[in-house]
Amino acid sequence: MNDMRIVKRDVDMNDIKISAKGVQVYYGDTHAIKDVNVEIKDKTVTAFIGPSGCGKSTFLRCLNRMNDTIDICRVEGSIQIEGEDIYDKRVDPVQLRAKVGMVFQKPNPFPKSIYDNVAYGPRIHGLARTKADLDEIVEKSLRRGAIWNEVKDRLHAPGTGLSGGQQQRLCIARAVATEPEVLLMDEPCSALDPIATAQVEELIDELRENFSVVIVTHSMQQAARVSQKTAFFHLGNLVEYGETGQIFTNPQDPRTESYITGRIG
Amino acid sequence: MSDQSASNGRISHGSLMVADPRTKKRNASEARFRAYGIIAISIGVLFLASLAFSILRSGLPAFTQYVAELEVTLSQEDYDAAESKMLKTAAYTDIFIQNFSDALDERGVEVAYDSDAIERILGKVGGDIRGHYRENLDDIGRPVTFQLQTSSRVEGYFKGRVDRESLVDSRFLVKTDLDIIDALTEADILTSRFNWAFIKGTDAGVDNPGGAGIGAAAIGSFFMMLVVLLLSLPIGVAASIYLEEFAPQNKFTDIVEVNISNLAAVPSIVFGILGLSVFIQFMHMPQSAPLVGGLVLTLMTLPTIIISTRASLKAVPPSIRDAALGIGASKMQSVFHHVLPLAMPGILTGTIIGLAQALGESAPLLLIGMVGFVAREFPDGVVSGFLDPNSAMPAQIYTWAARADAGFYEKAWGGIIVLLAFLLTMNIIAIILRRRFERRW
Ligand SMILES: Nc1ncnc2c1ncn2[C@@H]1O[C@H](COP(=O)(O)OP(=O)(O)OP(=O)(O)O)[C@@H](O)[C@H]1O
Ligand SMILES: [Mg+2]
Repeated sequence: MNDMRIVKRDVDMNDIKISAKGVQVYYGDTHAIKDVNVEIKDKTVTAFIGPSGCGKSTFLRCLNRMNDTIDICRVEGSIQIEGEDIYDKRVDPVQLRAKVGMVFQKPNPFPKSIYDNVAYGPRIHGLARTKADLDEIVEKSLRRGAIWNEVKDRLHAPGTGLSGGQQQRLCIARAVATEPEVLLMDEPCSALDPIATAQVEELIDELRENFSVVIVTHSMQQAARVSQKTAFFHLGNLVEYGETGQIFTNPQDPRTESYITGRIG
Repeated sequence: MSDQSASNGRISHGSLMVADPRTKKRNASEARFRAYGIIAISIGVLFLASLAFSILRSGLPAFTQYVAELEVTLSQEDYDAAESKMLKTAAYTDIFIQNFSDALDERGVEVAYDSDAIERILGKVGGDIRGHYRENLDDIGRPVTFQLQTSSRVEGYFKGRVDRESLVDSRFLVKTDLDIIDALTEADILTSRFNWAFIKGTDAGVDNPGGAGIGAAAIGSFFMMLVVLLLSLPIGVAASIYLEEFAPQNKFTDIVEVNISNLAAVPSIVFGILGLSVFIQFMHMPQSAPLVGGLVLTLMTLPTIIISTRASLKAVPPSIRDAALGIGASKMQSVFHHVLPLAMPGILTGTIIGLAQALGESAPLLLIGMVGFVAREFPDGVVSGFLDPNSAMPAQIYTWAARADAGFYEKAWGGIIVLLAFLLTMNIIAIILRRRFERRW
């Protein structure tokens, strides 16, 4: 690959945060992602939509190398964050994941207190010098996760004792506490009620000021509400990628059109 | 489709008030299964109860001891006179008999005895008394209460092993001695008490079952368990964490895994031979030493700990690992901060099961010389505890059970009770630790 050219291009279009080229993902013999090219902009919300099993989660997990933890998973192609190839031998995936945070499809709080759940990331990354700093980070993160009011009186109660929706917001708070530059969210609202969903969507919108957010969602309305860019995946292919408004009002590909009008999926 | 399907293709479910045949059948089979379960548990409880009953019945007598209690006052003149005689212990025996007859008179007991009978019942009293005064010169002139242990035959009489009808006169016990014993018991001179010496004492020679104690062997077992715990827990847990969380999946790790499972099934005596040839013959470690015993038992315990640790690591939901990695924790941080604490209760259970097996194991000890070793001395200090020859509880029990005297048979059962008490204590500690480590919610 010609590094010089990439750096130059990067300078020209420095609002590109993540650039994926020719990405192929295999689970053993299953070809889960087929030659995906996508450029994700900084300070933008990008939505991944598509029918179940089309590879949205798989592709999302490539962006912070969570697929490394699956033995049979093989990733090919190049994914660059700010011009740096994240699959380069010199890149430590641990450092990458501090920069690219993730919220999972299923809420997975640690079996610790609410406070410790949120404080864990800042602690291991040394983001707080004093207890007061840490308290502040925890409060700020819980507020951003739209859950502060519900838990402020029981910060030392177990995180696993919350309801499913509260757990998911706790996980969001935990992810933003480490101040990532990119936040990957895999169906963050699938366990939430409409009010909490609205709060999370508001949060996503707010996060956009500082971060680049990638969100996987099954709700067309949600994609339309929160995202500026939308990517439609189908059977491992990236079928269409563009401005959200354009995808929903004037899709170019017939498959996209049938999906958003509810004919496949 | 069911035979009840109606013409329109839908199944008619009928009234909910009557159980349909299928439901009845299912309920009946469930009831039957419950009955099987209760029967199985009852059988298990029955076995356990009969085991506990027979152990307690045979073993509890080992914890009672029969002693003759007598107050003796020895004046300085008596002491000097006895020490100047040729047959010194005989002189003390005379002094004892003097005091003894006084005590009998005082209590109004009338029974005929001679010094031989006293010796048959209480052993060499003269020697015991002399020994006491020579070590405690201050006690001369003061009243001292002696507690003299009865001989093993006399204990046998108390515990029902010897009875009047079948007793054949021998140099150990004659029929008339039984009258003396009865009279002394009547007069409260012969009494029973808790046998601390059995728990605290050391093993005795083959002719003295009454003096045999399990204390030294218990110390031996304790040091062995210390070796096993200190080696097998860290090695086992480290190996499991590596294999489960870090090791690449390849032929080599597959072979290692299969072999660990195989090792768990290897008979323990094989580990004994291994210990004999490697630790003693090749590395020249001392024979019969708890250190070597501990090393051999470590080999035996490791597979158990590794298998149970890996199982409990596997049981931790992967979402916890993902959560930790997802916020930028390293593999090691995710394992040590999140996975290991969750797996801890399981690891502890496995460790305790492994230790309990090791504590009760005697076959491998046979080969490294801990069975049949007469543990007559306590180790002095920690180093000697590891390195000096000693026995271990199961080995001691085995040795006793193999001896001829019926007194030792009783001791073997008593030893089993002590061993079980150790196991119970270990289990209780494990339960307490589990409670600690279990998720606090
Ligand atoms: N760990 C895995 N091992 C093997 N195959 C996998 C694994 N994870 C996903 N796959 C396969 O990869 C394909 C894409 O899965 P992925 O989870 O990315 O779908 P998705 O678009 O996120 O679906 P959903 O909307 O239901 O979450 C599927 O065919 C799935 O069977
Ligand atoms: Mg998914």
